[in-house]
Amino acid sequence: MINIAASRAVDNPAFDLSNCGVCCVIEVENLTKTFGNLNAVDGISFKVVPGEILGFLGPNGAGKSTTMKMLTGFIPPTSGRVSILGSDIETDTITAQRRIGYLPEGTPAYDEMTAASFLDFIARIRGFEPPERAQRVRSVISAMSLEGVVNQRIETLSKGFKRRVGLAQAIIHDPEVLILDEPTDGLDPNQKHQVREMIRGLSKDKIVIISTHILEEVSAVCTRAIIIARGKIVSDSTPAELQAMSPHHQAVTLRLTHSSDREAILARLNELPGVRLVEGEDRELTVLPDSSGDGLLSSVTGLVSKEGWQLEGLFQERGRLDEVFRSITAGVAHVRD
Amino acid sequence: MSGINVIFRREFASYFATPIAYVFILIFLVLSGVFTFYLGNFYERQQADLAPFFSFHPWLYLFLVPAVSMRMWSEERKSGTIELLMTLPITRQDAVVGKFVAAWVFSGIALMLTFPLWITVNYLGDPDNGVIVASYLGSWLMAGGFLAIGSCTSAMSKNQVIAFILCAVICLLFILAGFPLVLNSFNAWAPSFLVDTIASLSFLSHFSSISKGVLTLRDVLYFSSMIIFWLLATAAVVELKQAG
Repeated sequence: MINIAASRAVDNPAFDLSNCGVCCVIEVENLTKTFGNLNAVDGISFKVVPGEILGFLGPNGAGKSTTMKMLTGFIPPTSGRVSILGSDIETDTITAQRRIGYLPEGTPAYDEMTAASFLDFIARIRGFEPPERAQRVRSVISAMSLEGVVNQRIETLSKGFKRRVGLAQAIIHDPEVLILDEPTDGLDPNQKHQVREMIRGLSKDKIVIISTHILEEVSAVCTRAIIIARGKIVSDSTPAELQAMSPHHQAVTLRLTHSSDREAILARLNELPGVRLVEGEDRELTVLPDSSGDGLLSSVTGLVSKEGWQLEGLFQERGRLDEVFRSITAGVAHVRD
Repeated sequence: MSGINVIFRREFASYFATPIAYVFILIFLVLSGVFTFYLGNFYERQQADLAPFFSFHPWLYLFLVPAVSMRMWSEERKSGTIELLMTLPITRQDAVVGKFVAAWVFSGIALMLTFPLWITVNYLGDPDNGVIVASYLGSWLMAGGFLAIGSCTSAMSKNQVIAFILCAVICLLFILAGFPLVLNSFNAWAPSFLVDTIASLSFLSHFSSISKGVLTLRDVLYFSSMIIFWLLATAAVVELKQAG
């Protein structure tokens, strides 16, 4: 288990837990769900504090959705405990559910209802009375830019609008906890951007948990990433720390011109201190740093100007999340350090 | 209570948001007319009552009620909305009762739309309207019993066809339990208390007195406890299915 930052969030001085205690955090202890012989979720524990946007990452079938379903009280755990802001999800289900906004996987909604009547239904079930009810519905309609489709049946809406209706119902009661299961799955890049903007725009004292298998999402919106594989937590860190685990973290790529002497440049780069490996095809050479990493960019650029090489381009990478994701979830430690 | 109310409103509106409601009501009215006038010999009997109308209700409900109840939970499971519903702050019991009451009120409306028959019989003769009112209430109670069974079978499967068939079969068993044919076959060998128990569980034995206009406390209690039992069973099945 790569546990760089298991307790970082808790140590963060911005969230003084001695003041708010268990009443403002989500605590998951040893959560397990077994279907027949299959351990879908296998003893996971974590804690989330307000202000965190937690990305829940994992390959398909890793147990992400099952965990979300247990966090929200839809399915009971086989063993273990979930506490939502101090309310146990199994014994105090309704209290906990009042404080959660949830977007289930695939955005289920009553297709035969119009978007407006669906949101009105959710507002009623959330216990809002007039005139606040109508005002809540109006405010989420405008927050999700649904004005043009409110009187359409949900079954006639495009995937993007349907997702926005699902998000609107999740935030209608301004919940302290927002749990979104694959909120951008199947959306086009513009729609993904909108959903991420919405998540980023949430007030900073909320707890947000997003499950996803899209890595860019994690660096785009999350402050923390938990990776699970085969029902177990295999990594708990910040997106930046995840990137730092990539062999390509701080790697420098040179794009050569047609006339460059590739072999000579390759040989000179290999001699640089702090270089672990130079790879690449055709006119691209990528210099991977060894463990120290820092200073690689300056030594490469120093060499380039000293030798007077003509380049089409030169850039530095932050690290490849997909590489880290693959190596962590495959259980093979190809990770630096 | 408010949870039940919100679920009821949504479910009830959803019947009318799709063609289901109109198709059901149309078929119910046509068939009850056919049964009453052709099979029930409404005119030939020369009696001013609605007995031929009511006596066919158990058979009419046998295949019409499952058609109303089958989507109650199956559709929620199939479309995934059950995950939304069960993570909203309402109890499972509220959802079960709200859905049932919506279906029950809907069937009550279908039943009330048969009022032209009541007008006809009053125009043709001088019936005992008290008997007719009691029969209507009894028929509605019986529809509730059928619907509660349908609610439970709908919770059992995400496939509406299976929910329909299961409901129809269970309802048929409850009807047949009072049929002389069935009872006679038990009479031959079973102790009389067993025969009585089977007969007392039958929709038919309880409804036969109702269709004659005798709405006794015993029959009301019977149908009420049928409804309560099957709704409790529904809640249990929903919970069981949720646990995976």
